[in-house]
Amino acid sequence: MIGDSIEISVVDIKGDQVKLGIRAPKKVKVYRKEVYENIQRENRAALQSTGTLPSLEPFLEQQKKKEKP
Amino acid sequence: MKIVTKAYGPLDIDERQVIQFPYGLIGFEQFKVFALLDASQQPFYWLQSLDVPDIAFVLINPLLFRPDYTPDVAEEDLEDLQLDQPDDLLVFSIVTIPENQNRMTANLQGPVLINRKKKIGRQSISLNPNWRVKHVILEELAALKD
Repeated sequence: MIGDSIEISVVDIKGDQVKLGIRAPKKVKVYRKEVYENIQRENRAALQSTGTLPSLEPFLEQQKKKEKP
Repeated sequence: MKIVTKAYGPLDIDERQVIQFPYGLIGFEQFKVFALLDASQQPFYWLQSLDVPDIAFVLINPLLFRPDYTPDVAEEDLEDLQLDQPDDLLVFSIVTIPENQNRMTANLQGPVLINRKKKIGRQSISLNPNWRVKHVILEELAALKD
């Protein structure tokens, strides 16, 4: 237990891998480090975006047409 | 007020376009004040840092290509935004545009949430494993037709 409300348990052990379960109230954020790092990396990649923005209009127009019966 | 932007150089903007990000963006925690600008190319927006012109992100409304999108973020994150009503919430995805622009992607796992009334924003992490950091926008649009 961590504090009164966060419970960590071993869910499974396979070879040298241990699967942990975390039970926490919805208010508490539990993320895997990889998820956080992925977003960090993606933000950095987004900063390198090419300066000129592409036009999505033709694709969105197509979509609108499709939606009409 | 006058600001300097990455995309358009010096610009005169309305103070109502200024959004406070108390936690910055993930990996860019030091930048806490941004302006939300319409890009000259619709349907994109720019999230432009007021501190450093080079820090600017392209945003898009994810519902344009994923009508089923919901950010599914922790309640705590929503509390930070101090929303009085759900309508005040704006949801954006950060866009990454590689050299081959057809492969541009949107980050649905790290949505940018903004309280448009109180001008408070934050980047959250979606708890929904269906949302990833790279969704190819044109592929998602093509998939919509079915």
